[in-house]
Amino acid sequence: MRKKEMMAMLLAGGQGSRLGILTRNVAKPAVTFGGKYRIIDFPLSNCINSGVDTVGVLTQYQPLRLNQHIGIGIPWDLDKRNGGVTILAPHVKGGGDSGEWFMGTANAIFQNIEYIDSNNPEYVLVLSGDHIYKMDYSKMLEFHKENNCAATIAVMEVPIEEASRFGIMNTESDDRIYEFEEKPANPKNNLASMGIYIFTWERLREALIEDSKIHPDSDFGMHIIPKMLEEGQTMYAYRFKDYWKDVGTIESYWQANMELIKTLPEFNLYEDFWKIYTNSDHQPPQYTAAGAKLSTSLASEGCEVYGEVYNSVLGPGVIIEKGAVVKDSIIMENTVVGENCYIDRCIIDENCSIGNNVKMGTGENIVNESKPKIYNTGITVVGDNTVVPSNVEIGKNCVIYGNTIESDYPSNKLESGKSIIKEGASL
Amino acid sequence: MKAIGIILAGGNSENLGTLTESRAAAAMPIGSSYRAIDFTLSSMSSSGIGKVAVITQYNSRSLHDHLTSSKWWDFGRKQGGLFVFTPYTSRNNNSWFRGTADSIYQNLTYLKRSNEPYVVITSGDTIYKMDYKEVIKYHVEKGADITVVYKNMEGKDLSKFGILEMDENKKLCEFEEKPLQAQSTNASLGIYVISRTLLINLLNQIIPEGRYDIVKDIIIRFRKKLNIYGYEFNGYWSSISGGVKDYYDTNIDFLNKEVRDVFMKQAPYIETKPKDEPPAKYNLGAEVSDAIVGSGSILNGKIEHSVVFRKVYTGEGSTVKNSIIMEGSYIGNNCVVENAILDKDVVLSDGKSVIGEEGNPVIIKKGTVI
Repeated sequence: MRKKEMMAMLLAGGQGSRLGILTRNVAKPAVTFGGKYRIIDFPLSNCINSGVDTVGVLTQYQPLRLNQHIGIGIPWDLDKRNGGVTILAPHVKGGGDSGEWFMGTANAIFQNIEYIDSNNPEYVLVLSGDHIYKMDYSKMLEFHKENNCAATIAVMEVPIEEASRFGIMNTESDDRIYEFEEKPANPKNNLASMGIYIFTWERLREALIEDSKIHPDSDFGMHIIPKMLEEGQTMYAYRFKDYWKDVGTIESYWQANMELIKTLPEFNLYEDFWKIYTNSDHQPPQYTAAGAKLSTSLASEGCEVYGEVYNSVLGPGVIIEKGAVVKDSIIMENTVVGENCYIDRCIIDENCSIGNNVKMGTGENIVNESKPKIYNTGITVVGDNTVVPSNVEIGKNCVIYGNTIESDYPSNKLESGKSIIKEGASL
Repeated sequence: MKAIGIILAGGNSENLGTLTESRAAAAMPIGSSYRAIDFTLSSMSSSGIGKVAVITQYNSRSLHDHLTSSKWWDFGRKQGGLFVFTPYTSRNNNSWFRGTADSIYQNLTYLKRSNEPYVVITSGDTIYKMDYKEVIKYHVEKGADITVVYKNMEGKDLSKFGILEMDENKKLCEFEEKPLQAQSTNASLGIYVISRTLLINLLNQIIPEGRYDIVKDIIIRFRKKLNIYGYEFNGYWSSISGGVKDYYDTNIDFLNKEVRDVFMKQAPYIETKPKDEPPAKYNLGAEVSDAIVGSGSILNGKIEHSVVFRKVYTGEGSTVKNSIIMEGSYIGNNCVVENAILDKDVVLSDGKSVIGEEGNPVIIKKGTVI
């Protein structure tokens, strides 16, 4: 039987509900980032760059875009005869007439034991498709082998006052883990789990099977890690010191994009030896017309700028028409911003059409009425495939989704904090 | 109608000077993201031609580099695929390709082992988008032996082309290569449709007679004997191998919206080998006007009416005007580049200038450090 030293299981089924309308039609890992990428490109590229060429991608929430994006893995060179990428969706099991959703992170892996066994790995790398970072998993594997671990957990040092927001590893002086606490009220340590684990497959396999009998919603942080610690299995924390971002909220998503446009960004996409790969229909260059302005911005393939763009990230195929001003905004793939628009601090998702003379992101900073926890930092968000008619003014913390027409905007206005969701959509 | 493709990419383009010193004309970088051969390869693929031979001879390394995988043009299939032929020696053959017809003859097995009824023959250094399906359909309707694709080149320098004279049915009467006094403005684009068996027969007939050229020894020699028809093409077409000015103008053409739209916005798109560069980055102070910029570039200075390829860096206070800057070139702070073609990986140190004349761009050789 063929043998893989290490394969990866990438958890990509989460919705990422705090990203609001951005994850209405796609799972969080399929949300675009940095113009041309999708969040899942980062762990997938890390895999192939680390020499991990067998990756199972577990999908559950809104998998269509993710499936289309990953395909057979060509952009990441994961179209392999032996290994490669496999999309693993919840399914009806043989012998029964009903299927089961993935009920928890560990349960999702448990339900795919057969797939893992078929690759016969020594070690299994468990990843989530939610984070922006570059990491050499092969170094982490070295560490895992040196310490003869059952599990190695990648950790970041976080400020101790923020530690209660994370899963915290309590460790001995040599980073051996003796306790795991999920969001502790009084943290004893500042090493936060990054949701990146390497398990010795034999150990994990046993734990998954045993735990499945007790917890149908088996979770790594809640059940598997504490269980293995209790049994006295060797677990080490692997310290990671480079850039790592969770882009889980509208504000943090916007911030992380904006960091990329700094003259010397902390996260460098431009180095050759650790490329981030993505699936892109667009290969043509980007065009800036005479009289246009484009400064402190990223512009992806095939986008055309006739207006002015400042401090913004433009996705592939975006068109900014004449006289339009776009600042501090994220405009995603194939969206068209009409003539003489003024767009300030907005996120406009893929394939949107913004009419002429639209003002967006103006007025007072009033939090969103229906989802104050999601839209509260002044950023107005437009969902994918949305149409915004000409000559309307839209405030801050607004949400717009669907084919909106003039009559949806009383006296051509949408006040700050209001939402328009069309086509029977709910937020 | 099923067809196979043959792309003649073997020509030595001396006209392009140092630009083709280390690359084939078909591998010349075009329009920020492409190589010349991408246009023909993409047309083949989108016309449903799934089996294509690229015949190369001079400086084929650069082309091989580009064609290492055929999957970008969707040729990596069980049926068909992309074949790259270079001259080779065997017991009874040790010559280079002696001409266009000879280069096909030396790979006759490719024709013999195929079963598609038609062959589309093109060159690899022209920039256009064509649906060969339409040409083949026309070829069949006309009952032609050979169909030659032409374009009305009124106002162009006709002495660079092969000129067709046709009757009212578009049947070829005369064909004159590079005429001093052209009898019409219909210029051959070097794109032919012919039945596979006829091509095999013709090659078997002419090569032993020491005739090696498609134009001279097939089209012109057989113009009366065979039914040769012209097919008119009206779209954008440009050849880059006529000279540095042709190459420069073709690139600058991409600043026209119509040209960009044809190749980049209207399906089928032109495909190329992906380089996975991040988006182009415009730093504070970048002033870009009427320019196309490839991905992975980082721009600080001023760029005007220019074509900038991938992974180019321009420093603060520098100006690039009416120029073509190829992949990986580095322009330091306070440089001036005007009417110039910077080949790949050129480095301009801070404060240096490269200025050519309008209409006569200066070329800086690949890898030059100034």
